[in-house]
Amino acid sequence: MQWNAEGIVLSSRRHGETSVIIEVFTKEFGRCAGLVRGGTGRRLRPVLQPGNSVQADWKARLSEHLGVFTVEATTARVAAAMAHPKTLAALTSVCALLRFLPERNGYPRLYDTTCTLLDNLDDMDVWLPLMVRFELALLEETGFGLDLESCAANGSNLNLTHISPRSGRAVSAEAAEPYLDKLFPMPQFFRDARAAVSLEDVKNGLAITGHFLTVRLLHQLEENMPESRARLLHMLDDLTDF
Amino acid sequence: MIGPEIETLINLLSRMPGLGPRSARRAVLHLVRKRESLLLPLADALQTARDSIVTCTTCGAIDTIDPCTICADPRRDDSVICVVEDVGDLWALERAKATKGRYHVLGGVLSALDGVGPEDLSLAGLKTRCDTGLVQEVILATNATVEGQSTAHYIMDMLKGSDVKVSRLAHGVPVGGELDYLDDGTLAEAMKSRTEF
Repeated sequence: MQWNAEGIVLSSRRHGETSVIIEVFTKEFGRCAGLVRGGTGRRLRPVLQPGNSVQADWKARLSEHLGVFTVEATTARVAAAMAHPKTLAALTSVCALLRFLPERNGYPRLYDTTCTLLDNLDDMDVWLPLMVRFELALLEETGFGLDLESCAANGSNLNLTHISPRSGRAVSAEAAEPYLDKLFPMPQFFRDARAAVSLEDVKNGLAITGHFLTVRLLHQLEENMPESRARLLHMLDDLTDF
Repeated sequence: MIGPEIETLINLLSRMPGLGPRSARRAVLHLVRKRESLLLPLADALQTARDSIVTCTTCGAIDTIDPCTICADPRRDDSVICVVEDVGDLWALERAKATKGRYHVLGGVLSALDGVGPEDLSLAGLKTRCDTGLVQEVILATNATVEGQSTAHYIMDMLKGSDVKVSRLAHGVPVGGELDYLDDGTLAEAMKSRTEF
């Protein structure tokens, strides 16, 4: 078994004295783990930081084996992200969330969204809404996507302003009226990709995706929300604007 | 072939970093051959170390006295605390004579992968030391890794309310490093953090 693909390093864990076991998220093969010989060395350690992209060559005798990676750096994002607490928290949060994906299953759209997000970490106006889009894509790809096409109560597709925390479906303004304290206000950019995005929209968006990731995906996996995501939300609380 | 005592010694030595069963066997053979000049002094040194090594209650370093030699040294600068991940990092900075300040050993870094949270590190001790009013600067000398820098940002956040200057080590070109061989990220960081010459 052998394949070669570009991927994002999700984690790197020391194995023995000179090797590391890394997880790489690729477009075609999804999340894959493998051993990198010499991964603790001076040349490879900076390359194998979570968030960097690498050209990975994976080899194993049988497909179910752990396999051995040979990697070469393609995009180094971590050094720039390290300078700012918010971007570092976003990067670690993205890598941690992707580790909840099933292994060896390709998610091309999610991969593209992730790359766009990580490549734009230098521009907060761009990456904050992309963070919400990434989490929406993660929910969708894992089978827990939100249904925002029509109102859960009356089937209307007009004036959809809220999201039900139970069904994950949109709710129209009229139907939402008696339950405003129980429903999530829906940011307009959830339905309209060209809508302007405010910081409030991003916070609402992250609250919605956070809720559904927790109750739908993480609950099933018996996992907790990554600490880095909580840290990112805490940092956003102090912000008043982008 | 060989007695269980020697076999145990080989097994224990083979668990040391850098040693495998074969090299442990060679080391034991060497010790046995030099029983008087090496084996006995080594056994004594190990016994003494076991009996006297303590963790400093102030900074978390390893020494034979508490507070440790660095914390007890009156010539050290009380106004500067250098925060390191591990004792090995403290030793590296001491070898380089990089700072005359005091140290604080965290005992690890925040790591979701290994389940290490803020409560597992000696952060409360650092906060207490910073709140004494003696400390003017905290140097965050954590590793330039994602986990090391996440920990540094966490500490920076924790010390926000204190009247303490927080700095971190520079990231850039190592001495003897050739630009052609540096990774893109480090090179970009080095360019960003350039200083006037």
